[in-house]
Amino acid sequence: MDSSTWIGITSIAASAVCMGIGAVGPALGEAKALGQALSSIAQQPDEAGSISRTLFIGLAMIESIAIYCFVISIILIFANPFWNHTIAAMPGKAGGI
Amino acid sequence: MEITPDHLVLLRWGFAQLNATIVYTWAVMLLLVLASWLATRRVAWEEPRSVWTKTLEAIVCGLRSQIREISGGNGADEYLPFIGTLFLFVAICNELEAVPGWHAPTGSLSTTAALALCVAVSVPVFGIRKVGLKGYLHHYMSPTVLMLPIHVMSEISRTMALAIRLFGNIMSGSMVVAVLLALVPLFFPVLMQVLGLLIGLIQAYIFAVLAMVYIVAAVRRQEEVPREQELKGEQTNG
Repeated sequence: MDSSTWIGITSIAASAVCMGIGAVGPALGEAKALGQALSSIAQQPDEAGSISRTLFIGLAMIESIAIYCFVISIILIFANPFWNHTIAAMPGKAGGI
Repeated sequence: MEITPDHLVLLRWGFAQLNATIVYTWAVMLLLVLASWLATRRVAWEEPRSVWTKTLEAIVCGLRSQIREISGGNGADEYLPFIGTLFLFVAICNELEAVPGWHAPTGSLSTTAALALCVAVSVPVFGIRKVGLKGYLHHYMSPTVLMLPIHVMSEISRTMALAIRLFGNIMSGSMVVAVLLALVPLFFPVLMQVLGLLIGLIQAYIFAVLAMVYIVAAVRRQEEVPREQELKGEQTNG
């Protein structure tokens, strides 16, 4: 197997692992935050506005971690710099010299 | 597959090129300016107001009340132009995704980075206007000088997070729709697009609220500084 095959295999595997593990942590965190916020709203319905606004901000913060993983996965699959470099350096292929 | 509208070059002129991001940003700016101009063109106290004027008034009042809640009552009108512009621009960019052939400018990292840089610059501007340069620089040194690199790092990382969060959400929305169009082209992409519109509105809200929270945090922290000094002065006096 030449180097481009290896780069393809590792990129796809790495993006899958990145997205998979990167989704677990934020999911647990968001579930915990949402559960706490719901029980707080059930205890103090008057404060629902400020609790849900803080919850939105917190969820956005947690969500951004998952988004980072997603962006890295997308870069690995669609805009992989190593892959482009190998393809460009390969003689006689499309996109070559 | 394109992951950003930056690569979609519409016009090439010498070394300068006009890509889709710039064109659609101009379109959104034109739309916002034209809509607000048309809605507020003939406003008088005696005449009954048109539907458009009322809609605009409702939006501005909603924005102002949200800003007032976050900033704690005072100085809402000071932040309204900046925060309101951010919210309206991002929201219109995202919601026009419902128009066929539209590439949301917020799906490009350059647009979101520019917006996040605006927020990063506006935080010290509002802070310095409130307490002056010395009071603003003091909060980088609090509680000790050792915290200086951590304060600087947190400012850089939160600006990056602001940019990448918006970009990632919008880009992932259009990307998921594109992938689904190849797999199940009939009904399911429509549902995902509706979800994408909802996410676009929520992200616009979150962007504006986070910008407001950053500004308020800077301003409040600086209001505490003179109070501490007053307390110290009272202690030494007494």
